[in-house]
Amino acid sequence: MSQRSLLFMHRHLADDPLPPGAVAPPPEVAEEDMFSSGYNQDVVKRFLDLIHPYRKTVLIAVLGLMVYTLTQVLFPLIIQKTLDGELGGLSNLSSLEFGILLFALVVLVNFMSHFGMELLVSRVAQRLLFDLRRGMFEHLQRVSLSFMDKTETGRLMSRLQGDVGALQEFLEALVYAIGDLILLFGIIFVLLWMDLRLGAMTLALLPVLLIIRIYWLPIARKAFVRARITSSVVTATMCENIRGIKVVQGMTRERVNRDLYEIKANDHFVATVRAAAIAQIMLPTVDTLTGVAMAIIALVGGSLVLQGELTAGVMIAYILYVQRFFDPIRALTLHYNAFQRAMASGERIFEVLDVPVGITDSPSAQDVGRTSGSVDFEDVTFGYNPQYPVLRQIHLEIPEGKTVALVGPTGCGKSSIASLIHRFYDTFEGQIRIGGHDIRSLTQDSLSRQIAMVLQEPYLFSTSLLENIRYNTASASREDVIRASKIVGAHEFISALPNGYETVVEERGSNLSLGQRQLISFARALVTNAPLLILDEATASIDSKSERLLQEALDRLLENRTALIIAHRLATVRKADQIIVLQDGQIIETGSHGELMELGGLYARLYSLNYASFDDIPEDLIQKLSQTESGLPEHLAGEIPSK
Amino acid sequence: MPSLPPDPYSFAQVISRVVRLSLKNRLQLLVAVIAVVMGALLQLSIPGFLGQAVDQAQALFEEAEAVAEVDPSPLYWTALTLFALSTIRGAFAFTHSFLGEAIAQHMGYELRMQYFEQLSKLSFRYHDHVHTGDLITRGILDIEGIRMFVNTGLLRIFFLLTLLGGGLTLMLRLDLFLSLISLTFVPFLAWRGTIASLSLRRNWLEIQDRLSDLTKVMDENLNGIRVVRAFHAQEHEMAKYDQAAARALSLFDRQIFVRVSNDSFMSFAFLTSMGLVLWFGGQAVASGSMTLGTLTTFLAFMTILQQPVRQIGMLINSFSRASSCGERLFRILDDTDYVQEALQGDAVTQAGPLEFRDVSFRYPGPDQPEVVQKVSFVIQPGQTLGLVGPQGCGKSTLVQLIPRFHEPTSGEVLYNGKPLRSYSLESLRRSISLVQQDTFLFTSSVNNNVLYGNPWASGNDVVSAASQAQLHEHIVKLPKDYDTLIGERGLALSGGQRQRLNISRSLLLGTRILILDDSTSAVDAGTEKKIRESLRDGAEERTTIIISHRIASLMHADQIIYLEHGQIQEQGDHEALLKLGGHYAQLYRLQTLD
Repeated sequence: MSQRSLLFMHRHLADDPLPPGAVAPPPEVAEEDMFSSGYNQDVVKRFLDLIHPYRKTVLIAVLGLMVYTLTQVLFPLIIQKTLDGELGGLSNLSSLEFGILLFALVVLVNFMSHFGMELLVSRVAQRLLFDLRRGMFEHLQRVSLSFMDKTETGRLMSRLQGDVGALQEFLEALVYAIGDLILLFGIIFVLLWMDLRLGAMTLALLPVLLIIRIYWLPIARKAFVRARITSSVVTATMCENIRGIKVVQGMTRERVNRDLYEIKANDHFVATVRAAAIAQIMLPTVDTLTGVAMAIIALVGGSLVLQGELTAGVMIAYILYVQRFFDPIRALTLHYNAFQRAMASGERIFEVLDVPVGITDSPSAQDVGRTSGSVDFEDVTFGYNPQYPVLRQIHLEIPEGKTVALVGPTGCGKSSIASLIHRFYDTFEGQIRIGGHDIRSLTQDSLSRQIAMVLQEPYLFSTSLLENIRYNTASASREDVIRASKIVGAHEFISALPNGYETVVEERGSNLSLGQRQLISFARALVTNAPLLILDEATASIDSKSERLLQEALDRLLENRTALIIAHRLATVRKADQIIVLQDGQIIETGSHGELMELGGLYARLYSLNYASFDDIPEDLIQKLSQTESGLPEHLAGEIPSK
Repeated sequence: MPSLPPDPYSFAQVISRVVRLSLKNRLQLLVAVIAVVMGALLQLSIPGFLGQAVDQAQALFEEAEAVAEVDPSPLYWTALTLFALSTIRGAFAFTHSFLGEAIAQHMGYELRMQYFEQLSKLSFRYHDHVHTGDLITRGILDIEGIRMFVNTGLLRIFFLLTLLGGGLTLMLRLDLFLSLISLTFVPFLAWRGTIASLSLRRNWLEIQDRLSDLTKVMDENLNGIRVVRAFHAQEHEMAKYDQAAARALSLFDRQIFVRVSNDSFMSFAFLTSMGLVLWFGGQAVASGSMTLGTLTTFLAFMTILQQPVRQIGMLINSFSRASSCGERLFRILDDTDYVQEALQGDAVTQAGPLEFRDVSFRYPGPDQPEVVQKVSFVIQPGQTLGLVGPQGCGKSTLVQLIPRFHEPTSGEVLYNGKPLRSYSLESLRRSISLVQQDTFLFTSSVNNNVLYGNPWASGNDVVSAASQAQLHEHIVKLPKDYDTLIGERGLALSGGQRQRLNISRSLLLGTRILILDDSTSAVDAGTEKKIRESLRDGAEERTTIIISHRIASLMHADQIIYLEHGQIQEQGDHEALLKLGGHYAQLYRLQTLD
């Protein structure tokens, strides 16, 4: 069933039978990696673009790096010249004295360049990562909401963290790799310069290494990719288990999940061990070649000394150089994995950055200040998929100071109308105006200041209640917050909390009941003091007691306010100035409660069923009612509480 | 004075615990250590031969001036030895780095499993107070930090000690004075290293915390993206992000400064020693008291030592990272906020009454009010209990006491006459389904989501559970019906559909106790009625508890409890409570709209 690595003992691999079909990893995790190539020019180019703001620092750092590397190359050379007595006669100092002074000078330069270069490079690298992460995060604030709707948070988070982390590793490796490369060329130059024959013989080993690498690369790439994929599967599984922990425990699924996780963790283990074996095989290869090089020096160099064609000092320098010669090569090989991982991560990061921005301000967009908040829909057609419009040719009007309620069965397009006013999406056809301005002619910032929105599902941030209520309304004072809370009836429970308004909301508001969270999101909308209120009424999650308080609060609130309510409760609907009945994306009835009752259409029939909420009415009944004229079907008689 | 117990999360304790973890594969570790030591020793032997080659060449050169023909064969032997030694050294290097990585990965694997199991065991109370983003960071980054320690910390220390110790021994044999000089940088390293290690560790802990904050900001933003958009709060969110990022970045800057200055000083100290060796060695060679070969050996030794000196910085980093990551991870692994389980718990074998006897509960901590106060009731098998009351009255907490997600602070819950604590936790939880209002959907097919609690159930069972929850008709309309993939937050399904999926998930378990915690709030009343009717089939032995704000959902229950401030205010059936004319009756009138 699962692979076992011969070298290691496992705790115990799933003894219990595993559910069929449960072993396969989430399919979409794997493939995206499989096809990524090792090198992607585009990624490199875009990465260079990111470095652009830091080019001066980078330039200085590169200069520092060159100086540093030069000093590294110089050390053996100075030693050789000193020992061979070639530095004598340049001044009145002896060769040794002069050599030592030179050495000390180079050490000082080495120290300063090393310190400066590394400090600059590390700081730039760190800043690049933060820029990149910030860029991604900022971009996600602007991409279309439909993209966010279909993308899991966990997957985005793994790009924001895991992939940026992989780049960090790469950047650190890159700094050393560049240094290694310069060092390599410096050494090659010096070797050839000191003695052409011996140098050429030593360097002849390089092509051998190159050929080995060519065969090694494809195998290594496959192993590394496999290790990476298994790693992301393990991470994804763990994340999901953490997020759904209450379901897991509630359904006593711990053991099954553990066994499934063990298989994935084991796959990952086997893959990484294999990748390690392939990566490390380069070590003995390089060492063997180093051995060959040293043998050549001992033999050929020795013979040359013997023939008097080479001084002993040069031979010593050669030995010192060759020992360092393969270090950069070895390091470059080991960095290959980090490099490849960085490429894949880079691709995935840029993929996020390339998600088209949903809605942008037009160049002529303006800020119009506070408008009346009135809303007009003219001939609006809209859908999430061009083939299936969910709203067709909608005309509607919310006059200033009036409350309009949208009613209709689930999926009739009520929420879409609310989203369109806020321009979460653009229409296919038609125009929407707020306060007489086409919403596309306003900046998004200006538009959003016209609208206070209450979403159906309240969402709280883990900060104090005070900050939650004045979310993005920096101008609101503590008094404003308290006033709004009092209006929606939240003040009472908030002040009963040990820390009152300073109470910190735990993750997703788990220390508050759903009803309390709802009240807070009401207060939050109130504090913004925007001319238009859009309220997506929650379906029956507040208990009747607070609901009545809320109704009273809403009455007070709506008195002079322009508002659109996606209504579920009859009590709310009845009080609206105008009621719009939607069905299948079209407006079928419009009017006040009285007018609609007189009309005797769908609304009147639904209302006569005496449900507290339109959502309580079964779908099949609505279907029937919208077709027939007659009254109550029998099976519902028992559903309506007797009076 | 009694001595204090040692802090289990001190540097030494954490590191020794990490080392103990790696000892699980002691054989492999032993081989790896031997390979490290052998590799280092071989590396040390190479300079001697190089020096020998120089001396041989020079000796032969001088000899050649006297004699016409010289025998260069000693050079051949030296060359061959050098080649062989390097090759063997490579083999050792492979062995130790491969085994090191494998041991490290195995340790990562073990820790991952332990962490996973621990999170499954920790109670609801624990999970309520810990941010999931934080748990995820620990599961990824901290395990990584500990894993890396084997190769970059543990094995490297053997390598360094052997190189330094062996180098010292060999050099002492050659020349006492010069070898002391060539090692002058070592005490300096030890001093700098200790200081840097302490400061880096402190900083790492802080960095991890700041990164967790950053994660939290991003995670909340992405999960609440609709609120962010609705309030056009992008700039506000970016400001929050920037604030968190700036704090992390300034810590990183400090980290970089400490690390870089440390590295630079170390390499400076090393090079200074090298200059001293050159100075004194050069004088000795000039005065003829030392051969050029010996000096070569010294210089080659120092070149070999240069690499590990550069690595001491990484070594310190590795130690400090492992200890801070270890501390963060071990704190979670050591937490014992479990639900205590009887050693020999009974299995739940037959249906019986569920009884609450004077049960009270409060969350731990100062100033925590009693959420449930002296609640008593009995439900017989086959009966239904309705729970109603204002928000925050303790209904949900009350029912969470039944699967023992929480433990009562006083009083007792009994099933079939025996306290819940006498049953094995697993058996108890397997006999209870608690359907919560918030539905978590796993990234998988609809089918697997329904199967979640009972993965071995057949396809027919899935269809029948989905039909009972009135979901089947919807599923068959989905693009790939039961195989349709649904996302992390189940965005493809409406609230009502999600709740119905949640119910079918629980129905598939076929448990003796079914608790519906406001789990049909987004389902229309007509459909809800159908669900209720279908639940009635085969419910002769089942105990059902319904929490709802909708009176119609629970008015048919055998017993209804009106709860407020954690206390039972009214108790009886629908008719009795109406006659009573209290809270319940008032609520009922409100909902029938007259």
